[in-house]
Amino acid sequence: MSIGPAWYLALAAVLFALGAIGVMTRRNVLVMFMCIELMLNAANLTFVTFSRVLGDIGGQSLVFFVLVVAAAEVVVGLGVVVAIFRRRAAATADDLHGMKG
Amino acid sequence: MNVLVAATVPDIVTFVICAVVVLSGGIGVVTSRNSVHAALSLVMTLFGIAVLFIEQHAYFLAAVQVIVYAGAIVVLFLFVIMFLGVDRQEDVRADPLKGQRPLALILVAVSLFGVLALAATANWVTGAHRVAGGLTAGHHTDTFLLGKSIFTTYLWAFEITAGLLVIAVVGAVVLARRPSRVHDQGPATTRTHLPGAPGAADDARDAAEVRG
Repeated sequence: MSIGPAWYLALAAVLFALGAIGVMTRRNVLVMFMCIELMLNAANLTFVTFSRVLGDIGGQSLVFFVLVVAAAEVVVGLGVVVAIFRRRAAATADDLHGMKG
Repeated sequence: MNVLVAATVPDIVTFVICAVVVLSGGIGVVTSRNSVHAALSLVMTLFGIAVLFIEQHAYFLAAVQVIVYAGAIVVLFLFVIMFLGVDRQEDVRADPLKGQRPLALILVAVSLFGVLALAATANWVTGAHRVAGGLTAGHHTDTFLLGKSIFTTYLWAFEITAGLLVIAVVGAVVLARRPSRVHDQGPATTRTHLPGAPGAADDARDAAEVRG
């Protein structure tokens, strides 16, 4: 018998909060991406936990799709980062104010 | 605490160790100055999550988590970090937006506390059990059930993810491609030094002029 779902959900909530703190406080674009990955993983953990609790495979299927979307997001996001770095050596998100009015 | 009584000791130990690993990895991602260290902390978190998947009998997803996340996505991160040479350290203490950091911490702390308090006090009302197919139908493994679910119930979504991946690949190529110099500096001339190649005659004439 595994541990009850409440502990998994609490852990996922704390992990999501960590990722949110990272996105809001860090200024390195790459680290912000990693924090988004943290939040996606917290959501995945919640999906798998509820899949077990409800006895439904749908949660695990959704985790599969989240993985695919996360991979696509990382590919396009890092492509954007590379394109930005090619124009200017801006390491932080604050330097990207080219479209400021 | 009655949920802990029902669990066996190895389950509890595994969960506690994995929780510590996951959270310390997350803290490492958020706080480390070096991007490479952040990526390695992210690997730690992903492995902890994978073990928690195994603990909840999601074996296929645990394998996919290790292969796709820790194997592909983190390597992509590290590749971009090395490619751009941004492994220089970031000044974490610099705060360009005054009061942003404490405000973010307070906001997240309040939200987290609210969510946890709600989950602890409210009644859990979830949807009907087994909408998409049972998790323990017969003696099938989770891989079989997941494949059946993806290729029957969620087939349309699966097809759309194929389109999404194609679009992502094309977008990445278009974004990361070096801009062609055709529009900037006229037609690009290939100035190779191979004999017989176009431009070789020009090179020879240039060299002769330099010598003369």
